[in-house]
Amino acid sequence: MIEPIAGRYARIALDGRPHRIYYEEAGAGIALLCLHTAGSDSRQYRAVLNDPPILKNYRVVAFDMPWHGKSSPPAGWQRDEPYRLTTASYTRMVMTIARELKLERPVVMGCSIGGRIVLHLGLEHARELRALIGLQSAAYVERYYDASWMDHAEVHGGRAAGGLAYGLMSPLSPDEQRWETVWHYMQGGPGVFSGDLHFYQVEGDIRGRIGAIDTKLCPLYMLTGEYDYSASPRDTEAAAARIPGAKVTIMKGLGHFPMSENPEAFLAYLRPVLDEIRARE
Amino acid sequence: MGIERLAERVNADPAIVRWGREMNDTFMLEIGDTQYLVTVRAGRIDRVEKGPFVMRSWRFAVRASAECWERFWRSPPAPGWHDLFALLRRGEVKFEGDERVLWAYLLYLKLALERLRQ
Repeated sequence: MIEPIAGRYARIALDGRPHRIYYEEAGAGIALLCLHTAGSDSRQYRAVLNDPPILKNYRVVAFDMPWHGKSSPPAGWQRDEPYRLTTASYTRMVMTIARELKLERPVVMGCSIGGRIVLHLGLEHARELRALIGLQSAAYVERYYDASWMDHAEVHGGRAAGGLAYGLMSPLSPDEQRWETVWHYMQGGPGVFSGDLHFYQVEGDIRGRIGAIDTKLCPLYMLTGEYDYSASPRDTEAAAARIPGAKVTIMKGLGHFPMSENPEAFLAYLRPVLDEIRARE
Repeated sequence: MGIERLAERVNADPAIVRWGREMNDTFMLEIGDTQYLVTVRAGRIDRVEKGPFVMRSWRFAVRASAECWERFWRSPPAPGWHDLFALLRRGEVKFEGDERVLWAYLLYLKLALERLRQ
């Protein structure tokens, strides 16, 4: 059996530096751009990229952020400052990749850090986007542990990141998919997960601005798994309460990586959202 | 609580022992007022000793109330009570001591303690 997913590399300049970005796609129709979580890669969306009802109406695209998965850091990284994701670089990355891949008014769906950046996209780029789907979306997550231990010579970064990701999932999610999700985390490069968390837990605080998101310009759906304690249902509901028109769904029995830890349960929540977005136009 | 069954349960599960195979250390597990010292040898639980202790050292400590552990050890645990870091986020657990060793064996520690779920 061969899956419908095709993988390619795009040569794209980001913040003035050449990058080689790996992306996967499947399906045809409305563009749906998918953003993976901190320290992981586009494999998290393997089930969405394989779902016939979605692929019938959507061109699903998922890319690996620079430093993640099969997208390398930019040349010269060994002499750069340590990797740190910021609101500005992440926003430009998503919009540049959407443009370079010729995704016309895409739906953008992101999880965790991706669920945060869709809120920024709603503020800055609402007219260029068809709809936003935030998975495990919160306006801010205060740091409650020292993430720098995951980039330390005397701690195995892959094991530590795997241990952190493991607990963010629901104990009810199937073992096979949970441990696939853990494996992606175990493969991350040194300092990449903690570099992403700089955006998530330090720099990317959007609490003061989310009230200005205009869901009439660009609809916003927020789907959060009940077992997530990082971006918890309470965090999502608190953010949504300040965004008129935001639609919240709390997903029973799911954790921080819904699309990856329990694809079947997640797709049952996602398909009606995608149908609704399609029906709007 | 089934803490006295920790060794039996963990040692019988190679999928847990493998993540602690370089660990040779003693950590403290505090359940309310009761302290336990858990000694790990090459990923196997060598012994679990019940306090009070007068003068013993340990590498790191994990402290929480008896009620917290009772919730953590339910099967299935409720959301927010299902993981050591979930307990940390809600301020229900305290970690002390050598944080490096805790991070080095985080996956092992989580899997080992979860193994006490009924």
